[in-house]
Amino acid sequence: MFSFIIRRIGTILLTMLCLTLVVFFLVNLEPNLKKLAISQTEMHTSAEQLESWLANHGYRQNFFVRYGQWLGVLPEQPITDPATGKVTQRFSFCNDPTVPTFSGVLEGDFGCSTKFKNTVAAKLFPALGATGILMFWVLAVMVPVSLLIGILAGMREGSRTDRVLSIASIASTATPEYVSGVIFTVIFASWLGWLNGSAASASQGITFYNFTLPVITLAIYGIGYIARMTRASMVEVMTQQYIRTARLKGLSFKSVVVKHALRNALIAPFTVIMLQFPWLLTGVVIVEVMFRYQGFGYTLVEAAGNNDIDLLLGCSLVSVFIVLITQLISDVGYAFLNPRIRVQ
Amino acid sequence: MQAQYIGASSIFLEVLWRFWPVWVALAIVMGASFLYKKKLALYGQLFDSGVGIAGVFICLFWLFTAIFAATVAPFDPLGQIPIMKDTLPGAIEPQSGLVYLFGGDKLARDVFSRMVYGSQIVLIIAPAATGFALMVGITLGLPAGYYGGKIDSVLSFLANLVLAFPVILLFYLLVTPGIMDTPIPYALAGVFFLFPIVFFSVLVWTRYKNRPDRIYILLGLTLIVGGWIYVGLVFDADPLHIVHIEPNQLNIFVAVVFASSPGVFRIVRGLVMDIKTRDYVAAAQTRGESPWYIMLWEILPNARGPLIVDACLRIGYTTILLGTLGYFGLGLAPESPDWGTAIKDASRLLRSFIHPALPPTIALMSFVLGLNLLADSLREQSMKD
Repeated sequence: MFSFIIRRIGTILLTMLCLTLVVFFLVNLEPNLKKLAISQTEMHTSAEQLESWLANHGYRQNFFVRYGQWLGVLPEQPITDPATGKVTQRFSFCNDPTVPTFSGVLEGDFGCSTKFKNTVAAKLFPALGATGILMFWVLAVMVPVSLLIGILAGMREGSRTDRVLSIASIASTATPEYVSGVIFTVIFASWLGWLNGSAASASQGITFYNFTLPVITLAIYGIGYIARMTRASMVEVMTQQYIRTARLKGLSFKSVVVKHALRNALIAPFTVIMLQFPWLLTGVVIVEVMFRYQGFGYTLVEAAGNNDIDLLLGCSLVSVFIVLITQLISDVGYAFLNPRIRVQ
Repeated sequence: MQAQYIGASSIFLEVLWRFWPVWVALAIVMGASFLYKKKLALYGQLFDSGVGIAGVFICLFWLFTAIFAATVAPFDPLGQIPIMKDTLPGAIEPQSGLVYLFGGDKLARDVFSRMVYGSQIVLIIAPAATGFALMVGITLGLPAGYYGGKIDSVLSFLANLVLAFPVILLFYLLVTPGIMDTPIPYALAGVFFLFPIVFFSVLVWTRYKNRPDRIYILLGLTLIVGGWIYVGLVFDADPLHIVHIEPNQLNIFVAVVFASSPGVFRIVRGLVMDIKTRDYVAAAQTRGESPWYIMLWEILPNARGPLIVDACLRIGYTTILLGTLGYFGLGLAPESPDWGTAIKDASRLLRSFIHPALPPTIALMSFVLGLNLLADSLREQSMKD
């Protein structure tokens, strides 16, 4: 088990290395650098000025050198004015060094956000905190509701409850966040006026009024999928011999479901919930943009829209890390929950 | 000047009436399917359950809407009639006397016509992209599952690499106006569009390699048709100017194929690993069939059930992805009538007007729902066997 986890962590690190290299390559394409230079300099700058801005800020160094600097295996160079030989900081708003130093991700320095004029760490981690709160409430709604729906539907396969709940879950998987968000806003904010159609005020304080819509919008898409998986697992368990034995012993249906079926039926949904995280990340981006909630997704969109290289790399690193670590947890947890599975 | 309005019930009747070519086509196809359902194998069995009928009905409805869009939609989806700006549903356009059935949007375009034309974009790109993703996934998944070992490790690592990207990040990196100035989308298109040609060539080759009378005709046909479409799509250099795709559409297409082919790869790989232990595969191996013959003509046909179900679900998923692209304004033209772009435009103005937002959302949801119902009922039917 231990060596399995070590090997998996090795794969995760390799994957992160490859992915950041790909992201680094894509954000450093010539049109993207041009866009960055245009947004960072004043209006109507000539092509030479753009070029000199890029060269001055180190964007014209060798690609692998720059990747090495971002990673922290090569020293980051300050700007040296070719005429005077005076050394200045690369970006003054981030306390960049004036002497060559190793300051990359490996040293815990995520770089400098050109859009927000601040360090990436100062922008990214509060945003992650805000998204963490959102995710907590989403999971708190999504997991119990979907498990309940799945168990109720799978308890008696083919019954009326099963069919109604199954169709409802299919409908919910057909409703992406930008669709349910619009529909819920129309119903609850525009029509009934019960809830706020914007979560912008949620960064000051979360209330039922401003936070319900983002949470249910994000939860609804996952509910259907997890419920269907729970149902399938429950249906399978209910046909097992030991359930029949328990019934024949004379136990009531309720106690068979609660005591015998439930525990075994909940192993599979655990994996599914863990593997929902990549999708939740995309959902978070949509929901945060739609409801103007200043979290991770909002930061990602801002970073991508302005080609904020370091911030976007930080965002990709975080999201890839979340995706891979949840996969690892789901594998390890599955082996832990199901004693019949042994990890080689 | 105040616009004239028609009542709610007349809107309803008028909408039903506008869809008349769709109803006629639906009646013909559904009627014929009911009559001959005994002879139609899996498709016929769909008509045994309510869920299946609903799925077929919704999917065909949008299919025919896309085909007859020019007849169904009363207005040009991009045409702006200034007087109709932000009008409520049922407003009468004074010049032609036709009705803005679902009202006008902030640029004074007919919401109903845009919804109808939006179906065309979705129904062309989503199934085509899914088809390409299937080709890529199958062509790579078969050897990965069959041979295992190094090929499997390398391909699986690459697939997991792509799957570890959150889709939205991938789109923000791959679908930007800037990237169309670089050769990346064309290079990716060049690689992806090669797979169908390779797939069909190998398919024909393994089957007929001992029959010279058939092999040359079929192989030649595959290469000519495939090469023609390939040249038209990747280099936009079709000598006959029939096959043509806009650079931004190519960009979207490539990104969607890129995002969904690793999923297909994983499914195919899993299915192959399961099926290759069966007796008929061992029999074929003993007969001395080549590995690719076994993969394409023994294993693949037996994996078709789950693959068809997955294809249905995947078209829906691709539709959702296209909507996501439209919602973030990536790739598609800003005035494009596709549902995602329409939802984006309307959702920003929800405080003042809700009517432009509802038709595209309901359209997208119903189409994906139809596909999911279809997939669910196909799964039920194939489990019965």
